[in-house]
Amino acid sequence: MTFSIILFSITGLLLLLSFLKSKEKTKKALTIALKSFLNILPVMLGVIGLISLSLTLLPPSSIVKFFGQINLINTLTVAGIGSIMLIPGLIAFPLAAALLEQGAALPLVVIFITTLMMVGIMTLPMEIKFFGRNFALMRNIIGLAAALIVGVVMGVILA
Amino acid sequence: MTTLKRYRLFIAVLVITFLLTLKDISLGYQTLRVSGQYLLDMLTILPPIFILIGLLDVWVPKKIVEDNVGDQSGIKGILISIFVGSAAAGPLYAAFPVAEAMLRKGGSLANVVIFLGTWAAIKIPMIMMEVKYLGWTFSLTRLALTLPVIILSGFMMQNLLKSKGDANSTRKVDS
Repeated sequence: MTFSIILFSITGLLLLLSFLKSKEKTKKALTIALKSFLNILPVMLGVIGLISLSLTLLPPSSIVKFFGQINLINTLTVAGIGSIMLIPGLIAFPLAAALLEQGAALPLVVIFITTLMMVGIMTLPMEIKFFGRNFALMRNIIGLAAALIVGVVMGVILA
Repeated sequence: MTTLKRYRLFIAVLVITFLLTLKDISLGYQTLRVSGQYLLDMLTILPPIFILIGLLDVWVPKKIVEDNVGDQSGIKGILISIFVGSAAAGPLYAAFPVAEAMLRKGGSLANVVIFLGTWAAIKIPMIMMEVKYLGWTFSLTRLALTLPVIILSGFMMQNLLKSKGDANSTRKVDS
């Protein structure tokens, strides 16, 4: 919420400055803004629905059982869930801390939070709309690989 | 017909939610509640971001973006991308329109990917929270490992996509 307030204040201020400097250019900027927003709106509504459905059908509390043993199935499951879910840091970090406290394996927790951050299957339709399919798919696949690498190395270092 | 196609994901999700509600009313209610929350989230973040991009479009000349984060910007470009990405807050989807504007204004693909990566994984407001819950050792180790991986992935993607033509040309232009 604080982020939104700061964002709105900065935007309002810059908009005012722009308006004082040139009415024409400000109007053009707002037209561009409106057009881009309307362009992404359909996908955005779909993505919101996808996120909500996934959170309802797969609540964060249901995943605890995959964090105990380090094996291939758990690793893939944890990476998969992290890639699908879209949990804000405000919930993800306390969740990670709680998982570790309950004896979760560190590499799995790292893989989980890194995929949460870097891979977004739910927001993929939006990403494709902005950057095209090649870019979006490649960024997400590389993000997944990065999460696995960081997780394993952290497990070795902090073990 | 085109409108219908643009809304196909939304319509599909609506149908699934409807079926879910028929099966279990509490699950349907839960889905709607979460949707409302996320809708509010997106609506308080995306409109100002789009206005900022509109302003950037009309006021900031392409050359400035090109000089600072373009193909010839070198280490300076990488550092600026990391700095801007990590100073941000807010979810990654808020970074998409910003990154797209950066690309359109002449930013290099590597820098755009680095910007997205830092925004996603190592933005400073988030690190603060991470430290609070998981401690300095965990947080700094993750940071130290993730940052080089992000930079590497930027150049990897630049090289891979260059051979297929750059992202601007592969970008799907539909309205």
